Amino acid sequence: MNRAIVAVIIAVISILVLVNLMHSDEKVNLKLERLKQEYALKPVPSVDHNKLPALQRTFNSPQEVTEACISCHTERHKEVMASSHWNWSRVAYIEGRGIEYIGKANVINNYCIGARTNEQACAKCHIGFGMTNDHFDFTNARNVDCMVCHDNSEEYLKGSAMAGYPARSVNLTKVAQNVGSPEKMNCGACHFYSGGGNNVKHGDLEEALLATERNVDVHMAANGMDMSCVACHTAENHQMLGKLYSVSSENVDRATCQQCHTSTPHFDDMLNRHNARVSCQTCHIPHYAKENPTKMAWNWSDAGKLKEGQPYHEDDSLGKHTYLSIKGSFTWEKNVEPDYVWFNGTADHYLMGDTISQVPVKINTLHGWHDDPESKIIPVKIHKGDQIYDKINKTLIQPKLYAEQKGDSAYWKDFDWNKAAAAGMKRVGLPYSGEYGFVETEMYWPVNHMVSPAEKALKCADCHTRDNGRLAQLTGFYLPGRDFNKPVDTIGTWLLRLAIVLIIAHTIARIVSAIRNKGMKSEVINQD
Amino acid sequence: MKRVYIYKQFERFWHWSQAALIIFLAVTGFEVHGSIHIFGFEKAVHFHRIASYALLALIAFAIFWHITTGEWKQYIPTTKKLKEQIFYYTSGMFKGKPHPTEKNQLSKLNPLQRIIYLSFKVVLIPLLVITGLFYMFHKTIDENNVVVISNISLERIATWHTLGAFLLVVFIVVHVYMTTTGEKPTSNIKAMLTGYEEFEEKNNKKEEA
Repeated sequence: MNRAIVAVIIAVISILVLVNLMHSDEKVNLKLERLKQEYALKPVPSVDHNKLPALQRTFNSPQEVTEACISCHTERHKEVMASSHWNWSRVAYIEGRGIEYIGKANVINNYCIGARTNEQACAKCHIGFGMTNDHFDFTNARNVDCMVCHDNSEEYLKGSAMAGYPARSVNLTKVAQNVGSPEKMNCGACHFYSGGGNNVKHGDLEEALLATERNVDVHMAANGMDMSCVACHTAENHQMLGKLYSVSSENVDRATCQQCHTSTPHFDDMLNRHNARVSCQTCHIPHYAKENPTKMAWNWSDAGKLKEGQPYHEDDSLGKHTYLSIKGSFTWEKNVEPDYVWFNGTADHYLMGDTISQVPVKINTLHGWHDDPESKIIPVKIHKGDQIYDKINKTLIQPKLYAEQKGDSAYWKDFDWNKAAAAGMKRVGLPYSGEYGFVETEMYWPVNHMVSPAEKALKCADCHTRDNGRLAQLTGFYLPGRDFNKPVDTIGTWLLRLAIVLIIAHTIARIVSAIRNKGMKSEVINQD
Repeated sequence: MKRVYIYKQFERFWHWSQAALIIFLAVTGFEVHGSIHIFGFEKAVHFHRIASYALLALIAFAIFWHITTGEWKQYIPTTKKLKEQIFYYTSGMFKGKPHPTEKNQLSKLNPLQRIIYLSFKVVLIPLLVITGLFYMFHKTIDENNVVVISNISLERIATWHTLGAFLLVVFIVVHVYMTTTGEKPTSNIKAMLTGYEEFEEKNNKKEEA
């Protein structure tokens, strides 16, 4: 009796222990709650610019506003003028090249190609006034545009093709009296609409983030933390944290998830360990362009078709241009699964004058490989397309695209690639042979925004699976669940089959012999 | 009919819990390997780890038991009657011939069992345990922030672990079948459950006749 009771107690206890080991309740993540508390407190400005006497006036030019800013913030313009937002360029060491000045000012892309010769239009996204050509005075503090980043009234707007000047309709007094810390729209004015429209370039940065829900972006959601861009992209002396490898190349000043979430954000040690080789974004951004489509391909070679001598456009069902005479044909995609690459934080770029050595030409190259301990897997948007190049010199061409009127060699007015190429390359200071063609190009855009809620993150089996996993393209390393040693699996399986066959044969032999021996045995027993 | 006490209480507990753990490890392990789908990858990994720690603890107890009781001597390999034992399984048993070796408390394993179980204990299980530990701690960080087991590729570790797993599964399948080759098909399993095995009183003369 006692033994039975003890046995039952032991059985019950061991079952309880097992259940507890195998099952775990969802725990409250205090670390995360603390962060939420911290970021729920929105900063309150210490100054109301509405009340400042220096701003109770009319401004005849935006430069006058800048002067008014500097009259109190006497040294800030120096910080701004040391930033890449102003210089469109950074000093960087690039493996294999050495020290280079690179940035928006001189690198090209496979969207609108490049800013040079097109400054009048492209400077809409420069934090200055009057960048009409390559003679912009980067030392003139009066041309610093404070308002584009600091306007909190949503009044400010830079004019179209006005070299960075505000639109004529802007009430400068209203803007000057309502300045403050940058809000989503200040950053978004350029970073959402780069490439000529909403979400064209990045795929993970677009106007939907102004008021979205948690499934789209867990940080910026209106029904969530409603964080602003500068909550993560903090600045010290106007040097912003964070940059993108479309224009930058060094592993410095990156805005990271770890700066808030630490490098061990999970309760599960196994997940934390993934962070050694897998970036947070890989699992936590399962899709980008969740709300509005992004451009996935741009073929400049299709540009130039005219209807009755006039440029035209074709739209898809969502109203997105699929063809523009001035730009060529496009492919758009929404809710896109990223591609994945190894990345160690450094990148190279096609710099003007480089000889094309491979097709598709990599406009930027993200460095990294699986056995480099510094490299992690990151999600990227790969933007493909073709663009103009010099067939003889084997170089990509910076064409002149924009001009105010016809006859100025601009492709968007004259639809003559030859003239556009000659004008562009002359300005860049590179030779143009006179023979152009179109070459395929690829550009890699790391995906960092549109973080999903934890429960929507990738699951283990999205990568750890035999077929069609997210990382199917990344080979050369052993991924449990996906990879296996073929000979071992084959030998093992055949051994198992052989064993079973032998067992069956042995069983049959035993049964047969048992029947055959039966008569003999009974005889023996009878004798007994 | 004689009843012989062959398997002691701990031995039986060890045998059956080891069997359960190994089968559970095989199921979860082959799920991690991508061969089967039962719990889902995440749970399979989690369960596999828990079960592996349980097995390690059990092995520690078993080693202690083997040493302190002197039971390890049961596994000293011998070639004596080895041929006869093989001959029995491949031909003798079909002719109704008796087991060539007698099973008792002092010698519970036949020469074939001794070799197989010894290799199971000193080759197969260590292979799986060592590669398993390497797998578990591959490229983890120790107290001094030094990455451990970084100079052996995960591929090599996993390959050896998989090979061991296949051999273990083959062992279990054959082992389970071999339990039916006792006096009666169920007598070996009964013995491992109760500790006692029943033997017919032997009368060699008559059977030889």
